[in-house]
Amino acid sequence: MFESKAGVFLIAGLFFFALAFAVMGYLPIAIYQDEAEQTLEELAKEGIIPEFVELAEQFPDRFERYYGKVNYDSFANALKRGHRIYIAEGCWHCHSQFIRPVSNEDLRWGPVSHAREYQNVLQRPVLFGTRRVGPDLIREGSRKSNHWHLAHFFKPTNVVPVSVMPEYSWFFDEDDYPNADGMAILTYVQWLGSWLNEYPYWRGKGPTGPMTDDSSDAVADQTIAQASGAHLTGESP
Amino acid sequence: MSRAAVPTSDATTMPSSIDPNLIVNQRIVLWYFVASLIFVLVSMLAGLLFSLQFIQKYPLAGIEFFSPGRWRMVHTQGVAYGFIANAFLGGLHWAVPRLTLRPVLSVKLSWFIFVAWQGVLLATVVGILFGQAQALEWGETPVWIDPVAQVGLILVAINFIAPIIKAPGPLYVSIWYFIAALVWTNLVYAMGNFLPEYVVGGSAAGAIGGLFIHDLVGLFVTPIGWGLMYYFVPIILKKPIWSHGLSLVGFWGLAFFYPLNGIHHFFYSPIPMFLQYGAVIATIAVELVVTTVIINFFGTIKGRGDMLRTSMPIRWFYIGMVFYFTTCLQCAFQTTLTFQKIIHFTDWVVGHAHLVMFGVFGFWIMGMFVYLIPRLMGVSEWYRPSWNHWHFWLFGIGLFVMFIDLMIAGLIQGFSWRDLAPWEDSITASAPFWLLRTITGIMIIVGQLFFLANVWMTWATRKSAKPATEGQSNPITSPVTA
Ligand code: HEC
Repeated sequence: MFESKAGVFLIAGLFFFALAFAVMGYLPIAIYQDEAEQTLEELAKEGIIPEFVELAEQFPDRFERYYGKVNYDSFANALKRGHRIYIAEGCWHCHSQFIRPVSNEDLRWGPVSHAREYQNVLQRPVLFGTRRVGPDLIREGSRKSNHWHLAHFFKPTNVVPVSVMPEYSWFFDEDDYPNADGMAILTYVQWLGSWLNEYPYWRGKGPTGPMTDDSSDAVADQTIAQASGAHLTGESP
Repeated sequence: MSRAAVPTSDATTMPSSIDPNLIVNQRIVLWYFVASLIFVLVSMLAGLLFSLQFIQKYPLAGIEFFSPGRWRMVHTQGVAYGFIANAFLGGLHWAVPRLTLRPVLSVKLSWFIFVAWQGVLLATVVGILFGQAQALEWGETPVWIDPVAQVGLILVAINFIAPIIKAPGPLYVSIWYFIAALVWTNLVYAMGNFLPEYVVGGSAAGAIGGLFIHDLVGLFVTPIGWGLMYYFVPIILKKPIWSHGLSLVGFWGLAFFYPLNGIHHFFYSPIPMFLQYGAVIATIAVELVVTTVIINFFGTIKGRGDMLRTSMPIRWFYIGMVFYFTTCLQCAFQTTLTFQKIIHFTDWVVGHAHLVMFGVFGFWIMGMFVYLIPRLMGVSEWYRPSWNHWHFWLFGIGLFVMFIDLMIAGLIQGFSWRDLAPWEDSITASAPFWLLRTITGIMIIVGQLFFLANVWMTWATRKSAKPATEGQSNPITSPVTA
């Protein structure tokens, strides 16, 4: 039996695989099956994040051109597109999206990840990630200002000199204002974690140190704007 | 039972009326090897390019088509499906007919698969570069290519299972591994590429993704790799595998425990904790199984240790096995939750992955190339055997230093994060290690170029070289010259 073709085919090939799948694959599926997966529409209706509104104010013409008005539809569009870019650019190979209950990760980034947070279409396939070249992003929303992110995407080393994150100049139009892609990835990143009850849970409450946000004030914006090529101080028609 | 302890194609058991050169289509083996060599070069260059991002020297910054993240995916996809899959398909085309004494189902089908597979690979590379990647590690192939690749894999299975079914059993160890691998590869590919995309989402999909990452290595690459080792090692050493009993333990242990490991890629994630504990135990069990296989192979070479010096293929194979043992030993530790706290998400894992894919399977494939390519070209000697030595040492040292380098970098990163140092600190601390990584990468590529030049020159000068005699194109009787 252990050397016959049928034995190898049936027991090793099919049965052992099926057994392992039942335990390691099907069981988690069964455990989570009652947690409904949120659709994009439902996600958008949970609330438009303030940064999206801000974006429309900062770049009125361009926002109008690419996304129209600020509403659930345009918000959902931006999220979907941003999610697509996050996958296409391999952001998920340099950034994880889950906080572990060990190694002080909750002190650095915030509440430990919960299964419920991943039951939505923007986590299909799930974006846990396996490597952190840059920090975890599941609690990134509102941590930094829109301007900070735009300057950062344009040329990360202008903002964080030691950064090894790639430049994404194609998120910007010829004149260095963010284009549809730039606005989308920005919205997506700012949305991450916004579903938490106490949101932004860390602003003014979190422990000091790694979690203090020192870059979202106007002074920082100004410096960044000068240092990078990106136009950050808003659109002048 | 003991009959099966020697490959059936061994001269002693092979009916003299069957000429292996008639049932093996050597052409297609060579073409698969050429495709594999092209893809490994592309993958290595993609890896080198991505590594330059880490030392802030990315030469093509700001060009969408050269987005580093996309080339990172070309790197891994190219290695898995271009380098390893092509080399293995070539190896199977050589070994399966010889072991079963029957040709594959259809040579036309073989050629069709060959062309289709290269098409799939090209489409994958182009698709990823144009931003169509799928968010599955090791499965970044754009979603519209997945069904085509799946059909290709089914055809591969049919083509090779046909001669296996016709051959009277019980069959040799290699064939057990091949049968299982042909079934598993199809199941794994379907599970990993379709379920998380279309059927389940969230944490459950994370569990499936973990199974996929792991099974791709454990149920596709590993069994074919071992199957080929069980085939080539006894033939080159001219002695049977040491213990048939251990071969059985190794195969069945792998078959049972390997598929249970997947979740160890996502420890401390929202996947249910009891399943994570299960994965820890199964992973440690794999290490025990692997030890039996290693003992078996070292029992086999006992008394012929000189072959490590005199035979290039044996050297590649056995150093690969030492690395295999190293990675698996590493696995047994890094799968524990204690290690996970520090090393997960760090370069430690990247070092581990390189040692597995290149240090083990890459080494075995290179050994197979060194052994078969002159035979496939009909010559008895490599153009310059010394270039093969350059290849071995540059590749081997480069890879080993890279592994150690990334392991240390990983520890530094892990402790720096735990200690809540600013993120930039971990980047600054990693900088010298990332520089060394790029340098070792260049070493590996230079080594590979020696080999490519040798392949090319062996081909170009094959007419003027001493033609191989009948016997020399037959690995069973030919002296080991490479
Ligand atoms: C080569 C790896 C790499 C890739 C690819 C990458 N990043 Fe980063 N990222 C980093 C590193 C390193 C940092 C930390 C240094 C810094 O802030 O620039 C970082 C920082 C960030 C930050 C700031 C986090 C914080 O709170 O400090 C954000 C947001 C971010 N990345 C988003 C992205 C997005 C979105 C993508 C894909 C378009 C991406 N990254 C691709 C490496 C990468």
